[in-house]
Amino acid sequence: MSELIRCTNVCKEYLRGAEKVEVLRNVDLSVKRGAFIALMGPSGSGKTTLLNLIGGLDAPTSGEIEVDGLRLDSANARSLASWRAQSVGFVFQFYNLLPVLNAQRNVELPLLLTDLSRSERHKNAALALDIVGLSDRGKHKPGELSGGQQQRVAIARALVSDPCLLVCDEPTGDLDRTTAEEILELLQTLHRELGKTILMVTHDPKAANRAEYTLHMDKGKLVSTVEGPDLELEPARTVA
Amino acid sequence: MKLISLLWGNMFRKPTRTSLTFVSLVIAFLLFMLLRAISDAFSGGVSLEGMDRIVIDSKYSMTDNLPLSYVQQIRSLDEVDQVTSMSWFGGYYREPRNSFATYPVDPESYFDIFPEQLISAETLGRFNNIRVSAVASEALAAQYGWNPGDTIPIIQDIFPQENGSWTWQFELAGTFEYSGGQLLLINYDYFNEAVIGWGKDQVGWLVGRVADPPEVDSTIQLIDGMFENSSDPTRSTTEDEYRRQFASQLGDIGTISGMILMAVFFTIILLTGNTAAQAFAERVPELATMKTLGFSDLSVAALVLAEAVALCVCGGMVGVGIALLLEPGLNANLSEMVGSFDMSGQSALYALGLATLLGLIIGAYPAISAKRLTIVDALRER
Ligand SMILES: Nc1ncnc2c1ncn2[C@@H]1O[C@H](COP(=O)(O)OP(=O)(O)O)[C@@H](O)[C@H]1O
Ligand SMILES: [Mg+2]
Repeated sequence: MSELIRCTNVCKEYLRGAEKVEVLRNVDLSVKRGAFIALMGPSGSGKTTLLNLIGGLDAPTSGEIEVDGLRLDSANARSLASWRAQSVGFVFQFYNLLPVLNAQRNVELPLLLTDLSRSERHKNAALALDIVGLSDRGKHKPGELSGGQQQRVAIARALVSDPCLLVCDEPTGDLDRTTAEEILELLQTLHRELGKTILMVTHDPKAANRAEYTLHMDKGKLVSTVEGPDLELEPARTVA
Repeated sequence: MKLISLLWGNMFRKPTRTSLTFVSLVIAFLLFMLLRAISDAFSGGVSLEGMDRIVIDSKYSMTDNLPLSYVQQIRSLDEVDQVTSMSWFGGYYREPRNSFATYPVDPESYFDIFPEQLISAETLGRFNNIRVSAVASEALAAQYGWNPGDTIPIIQDIFPQENGSWTWQFELAGTFEYSGGQLLLINYDYFNEAVIGWGKDQVGWLVGRVADPPEVDSTIQLIDGMFENSSDPTRSTTEDEYRRQFASQLGDIGTISGMILMAVFFTIILLTGNTAAQAFAERVPELATMKTLGFSDLSVAALVLAEAVALCVCGGMVGVGIALLLEPGLNANLSEMVGSFDMSGQSALYALGLATLLGLIIGAYPAISAKRLTIVDALRER
């Protein structure tokens, strides 16, 4: 299987006042297409930052990031935006749906950036809603849905443009146990049956167990060894 | 275009807030239309007609009269092509609320001086020949359903007849085209003959056409010079200037309404701008989400701007619409006071242009902020 994500020597610094904060230090990572990876670590260790970099939402201070053939570190904002629209689906802890649009329209939103006709957009959105098991809730606005349902809509939205990569930042962080299990099951299905590559940040070891591999971060470094057979990680990064 | 449903959805996310803003916009644009119509009426509209016309009035007050003999004296000047006299007649038709401008005039010279007020040769002939005749502007005849040959009683409040009667009867000779709304013209000769002694041989003001328009200033000086040392000195101005002075004597309505409008729109900008900024702050995470999904900085900014413009334009359209609905009623009630009370299509277009501009001003700050918004910072803030 081919490589989908490659981070080489990635560093990220933020300025907090005059002080430089190193959030990611020399992160190296390589992820194959079709992998399901959980990213764990204490709060503030840089998980969201790494996810944002891989999702093309932010640029590294130094180092190279290549995802699905595009060098994100050197791409401009415009090409990053259209790349995100095609290649990445985002799932956030707080769903981030647009409250004024119903579920169907929320799911259709990313398709407005494509050339699809109105009826195709409608059809694809309906299909995505069907995959997450909410085909009967298309007309509901987010406020009329439970947390778990809203997260399903968000997952449908992430899926609808058929990206190869899903990045999920604590997707079950705001949900109760049972609902969380359902969402994780859904992600697993997407991974197994649709072959999506999933990168998921979580605090929950049970959630992490759903993934094929778990990576651990601490103080801006990837520290853990890899659990699982098939992931090609370069030695430097696998050593604590 | 594809984002229209989002645009509408966002406008109505806080119905109370949107309605309040909307209502204040509607009121502002209604006021805009009313005040513009008023100030237009007072400035008489801008017309190129009559640029060679001068108005000769009493030097000290517009309400002072001039001797009738001035007509002949001025007409005899080489520098003056034609001159006609007009007077204020006043009065009303049947009931005091049916009042409109009525001027005793000399038919031939009047319509020569005002060629833009079209009258058929036949009607003019009758007006000339029948001493007790009158001609009405089309608007006036239409308002009261008058037909040629009708007898029109005008009840006077200034000029009784020599025989003591306060009611003057006129026979309608016909109508003429007049853009200023309601106007009745009666025969000066008949008026002068029938009016009570103290009202005879006087005219309110004169309107002349100069022979050589570029020399209008020296002609004005010549005329005023002629009467400078008489008991009735004159002040002559070009017609346009006269209208302006008339307006300014009435309290400079144009300036006042301009100032009111400025205050209104300034307040609107502050209020609506504040609302827009507030609405923007609430939406930061959503806008960041749209950017995450791949919407460009510019399209997100355009969405925010379009919302502000759409709100203002809708408010403007409703305000203008209400104003246009009110127009016929206002016109009937106000036209005798201020000439015509027209809400022109031009004012409406101007209002919509202003509404767009207002939207752009109000939406500018949120739109720029939306463009600058960085995804990671916006998502962290929640
Ligand atoms: N935009 C920013 N400006 C300043 N500091 C930031 C910014 N983004 C993240 N950080 C800091 O970087 C560190 C890692 O943050 P984050 O990646 O969100 O951690 P995690 O997701 O693992 O909890 C934290 O200390 C956080 O305060
Ligand atoms: Mg985080």
